[in-house]
Amino acid sequence: MKWLFTGTLSLLRTLWIVFLHSFRKRETVNYPEQAVELPPRYRGRIILTRDPDGEERCVACNLCAVACPVDCISLQKGEQEDGRWYPEFFRINFSRCIYCGMCEEACPTSAIQLTPDFEMSEYNRQELVYEKEDLLINGPGKDHDYHFYKVAGLAIAGKDKGRALNEQDPIDVKTLLP
Amino acid sequence: MATIHVDGQSYQVDGADNLLHACLSLGLDIPYFCWHPAMSSVGACRQCAVKKFKDADDTRGALVMSCMVSATDDTRIAIDDDEAREFRASVIEWLMIPHPHDCPVCEEGGHCHLQDMTVMTGHDRRRYRFRKRTHRNQYLGPFIAHEMNRCITCYRCVRFYNDYAGGTDLGAFGANDNIYFGRYREGTLESEFSGNLTEVCPTGVFTDQTHSDHYTRKWDMQFAPSICHQCAVGCNISPGERYGDIRRIENRYHGEVNRYFLCDRGRFGYGYTNRDDRPRQPEWRGASDDHSVVMSVDGALDRGSDALRDAFRVIGIGSPRASLESNHQLMALVGEDNFSTGIAATEQACLERMDELTRTCGLPTPTLREVEHHDAVLVLGEDLIQSAARLGLSVRRAVLGRREVLATERGVAPWNAEAVKTLAQDGRFPLFIAYPRNTGLASLASASPKCAPDDIARLGFAIAHAIDPAAPAVTGLDESTQRQAECIAAALLAANKPLVISGGSLGSTAILDATGNVARALARRAKPGGLVLVRREANSTGLGLMGGQPLEWALEELTSNRADAVVILENDLYQRLPAEEVDYGLRQARAIVVLDHQRTRTVARAHLVLPAASFAEGDGTLVSLEGRAQRFFQVFEPTYIRPETNIHESWRWLHALRAGLMRQKVTEISLDEVTDACAGAHPVLAGIVAAAPRADFRIAGNRLAREPHRYSGRTSMRAHLNVNEPRSPQDPDTFLSFSMEGYNGYERPGPQVPFAWAPGWNSPQAWNKFTDEVGGHLRAGDPGVRLLHPRAGVYQYANNIPAPFQVRPGEWQLAVMPRLFGGEETSSRAAPIAERAAPSFVTVSAADAGQLGASEGDWLTIAWSPHSCLLPLQIDPALPSGLVCVPAGVDAALVTGKTVTLSVADAGQISSHNPPDTPPDNPPGNNDRPGPEPEVRP
Repeated sequence: MKWLFTGTLSLLRTLWIVFLHSFRKRETVNYPEQAVELPPRYRGRIILTRDPDGEERCVACNLCAVACPVDCISLQKGEQEDGRWYPEFFRINFSRCIYCGMCEEACPTSAIQLTPDFEMSEYNRQELVYEKEDLLINGPGKDHDYHFYKVAGLAIAGKDKGRALNEQDPIDVKTLLP
Repeated sequence: MATIHVDGQSYQVDGADNLLHACLSLGLDIPYFCWHPAMSSVGACRQCAVKKFKDADDTRGALVMSCMVSATDDTRIAIDDDEAREFRASVIEWLMIPHPHDCPVCEEGGHCHLQDMTVMTGHDRRRYRFRKRTHRNQYLGPFIAHEMNRCITCYRCVRFYNDYAGGTDLGAFGANDNIYFGRYREGTLESEFSGNLTEVCPTGVFTDQTHSDHYTRKWDMQFAPSICHQCAVGCNISPGERYGDIRRIENRYHGEVNRYFLCDRGRFGYGYTNRDDRPRQPEWRGASDDHSVVMSVDGALDRGSDALRDAFRVIGIGSPRASLESNHQLMALVGEDNFSTGIAATEQACLERMDELTRTCGLPTPTLREVEHHDAVLVLGEDLIQSAARLGLSVRRAVLGRREVLATERGVAPWNAEAVKTLAQDGRFPLFIAYPRNTGLASLASASPKCAPDDIARLGFAIAHAIDPAAPAVTGLDESTQRQAECIAAALLAANKPLVISGGSLGSTAILDATGNVARALARRAKPGGLVLVRREANSTGLGLMGGQPLEWALEELTSNRADAVVILENDLYQRLPAEEVDYGLRQARAIVVLDHQRTRTVARAHLVLPAASFAEGDGTLVSLEGRAQRFFQVFEPTYIRPETNIHESWRWLHALRAGLMRQKVTEISLDEVTDACAGAHPVLAGIVAAAPRADFRIAGNRLAREPHRYSGRTSMRAHLNVNEPRSPQDPDTFLSFSMEGYNGYERPGPQVPFAWAPGWNSPQAWNKFTDEVGGHLRAGDPGVRLLHPRAGVYQYANNIPAPFQVRPGEWQLAVMPRLFGGEETSSRAAPIAERAAPSFVTVSAADAGQLGASEGDWLTIAWSPHSCLLPLQIDPALPSGLVCVPAGVDAALVTGKTVTLSVADAGQISSHNPPDTPPDNPPGNNDRPGPEPEVRP
């Protein structure tokens, strides 16, 4: 007898809660009529950013590619006149990408970042293959300050040996002074 | 054997080893830097600290450097000890204090011993808050890039470069915390083994500059077990491919051949496989002067077989740089009577003599590892560093082997490198080199007589006579030579294991006969010595065993109209015989089919060009100079990235041509079938079947993976061509897969290892996991099969002693000197090798230069009817009068032994002449310059 009583009460309570929800604020967004507000750290379309000086941040270290669990990133290292490494090509096959963000985590220069944009649908799957010109943006993205070459010991034009973070001037091995 | 106790476990080890060596051989991981299996211990880096206990009751123990302590019986150590672990972590932390924050832009990253060791010790946070010392880098030539900031001062580079390889121009400068490893001043590293610095250096101070230009991390490359094609030594290499290009060559450990080191030609000479101007599709040219048209495979095969069917006789010209399988298929296509080896007659005569000597002289041919254990060496007519560099390095080790003998006599452990070196000082085993010029090993030689080829032979005959009086005596020998011969003979007889080395570099069968006599004399005196005979090209030995007519015969058959069609296999005839002889022969042929992977002058003459696979795209078998048949495997499938290419192994093309010729349907053929056919047709080559596992070989049901399991970009590298990924290429020929899927471990030893990787060991040091003991043999056995064995029997002494060399006024005898960089056909088509190749000179003695009235740098005309050739003069005071030397690779018409005249060129000749080292015709869009090609005027 008791089970019948509690069962019925629970049912009525549930109906009541559901009924109350019809007076609550709506969680569903009327996409696409209404824009979607996504947090800045949402993992959507991947971009390549530039450092605060406007130079490409990507140094073609291949860590994003190796971190990618679906192997959808491929690139080739090249070297600029000034000694910077850069990707000769940088390709992401978004038809394979699972937006896991591991590339962003692996990136030692904050070059590759995920953005809150997911509107990437195409009628033709081939269009989902993004090359560097599709990926590279004109700003630093989420990381406003990081500048890899100011930290790294590799000399490039305009930043000699000894000019990186926490570096002494180069040693003259031929001097006799202590 | 000794029993040691490590972390409470007992192990059986060799008591003569040091603890580090013993523990690594057991598979226990101890981090280390300055120790290297080939260079033993110096105890410089303090990284391999372990705790050693006095006895079973000792619980406190003391820290010792495991590389500096003998693994004596009942040694008790702890690797996994708190204090030892903390010590090792602090050592890494010190070493990392000035390390630049540049792993992402470092070419060592991903196969870096320092990264591996840092992870192994657990150091992951920088606590040091002060500033890092920095260094300036040096330009070290086209092979090696220098980034001194990354140095951890382990001293391995200078120990390898100076002590092991005998280089003189790399050193350590400075003191305390500002040690600098570099040259006194910027410039190209002079050693022929500088490339090994990239593997010896545990971090990114010395990296591969040729790789840097198209850099790919180790985990992103596709590897295959391969064999170096750049000389006859047969070093095992591990070429890495990415996006359809070979990116780098790494050493592949072979316990009997190259072990840890390669020469620079082998390591940096791969650029020819990546040339843009390579034939990648069949080409048809109606007449010789027509433009070629690109053909489909079927069309090309139809045209080719029609042309061959129309001919009344087809000559096949093989090649010593092509595999046995390809040469065999060519022989099967044209018939044994119509097959030429494609080797010039003089060289072939030498090859045949060498084959015969290897079998009948009574001394076995040692492997490179065994070479290092001989205690007296006689080299007749070879500059080993130039003609077989890796062998030269082994001979260097043999000569320096006295150090270890002296150390052992005095109770110093042979692995205690600095002590052994200090103890031995200049102690060396005797080395004698007879050669026209100073050789790369001259600084080690007890005596290096400089003589003309005939005099070298006479010296050899005299040595043989001095060893065994039954050997024919040399008449008319001058007293000093006689004394020298007796002295050399005495040294060889005094040795336990004398080694005799000669080869075909000087094109003299007399030298080979003399070498044979020395070897026979030693064998008759029951000396357990060895005989090494140096061949020129990767498969010279194999082709010599297969047999065939010389190249001159093939051209003669064409010129005399006894044949009207010719199939040329991977051979540039213009590199072997004078151009007009080749031109004349080929002009008579109505159909010329050329299979090659390079756009050579011979390819330009072909009616039908079939794009052959280089070692990067094909499989095959080569026989090295020690008679070891070794299989090389396809590194990548060229159509995967470049679907338009139609590159196939020559044996595949020839099989299809044969089917077309016989109007049969073209059937599939696999590597195993063609290897079997080759072994069946040539009884002497029967062993090649066992040179490598067959295509159905599996480990735990898996193929062996060509790609590391971290290989990236699989779903994207081809996405620009088509987003739909094709199935990964299938490999019906071998047990390897073009994929990361497959076995790549070390626990179940595979007989062929495409690349060395073990968990925690990404650097080449991972090879320690694949060997039975550190520096030993691969656990599944070293690959390859020896084909040449000495036969028991009665040995006949050769008796054809040449007359002494006579200086004739106004005439010079030509000697073509082999050279490591620029002296080999394919590697000199690689840009870095062409850049490294020394400029070509004509070399005469000081007296001869004075007689000509020429001084260093003047242009000389070398004339021999009907040719002439212009080269700048170099004076070599050591060269005997009457000899003139030119480097190999200048002109095929220059042959050792030819008599030439010399004259100083006048201004008009010089101005109309293009300098030999700047080729005028550089095809556009071609990143690799062709080698020097001086002008030759008839």
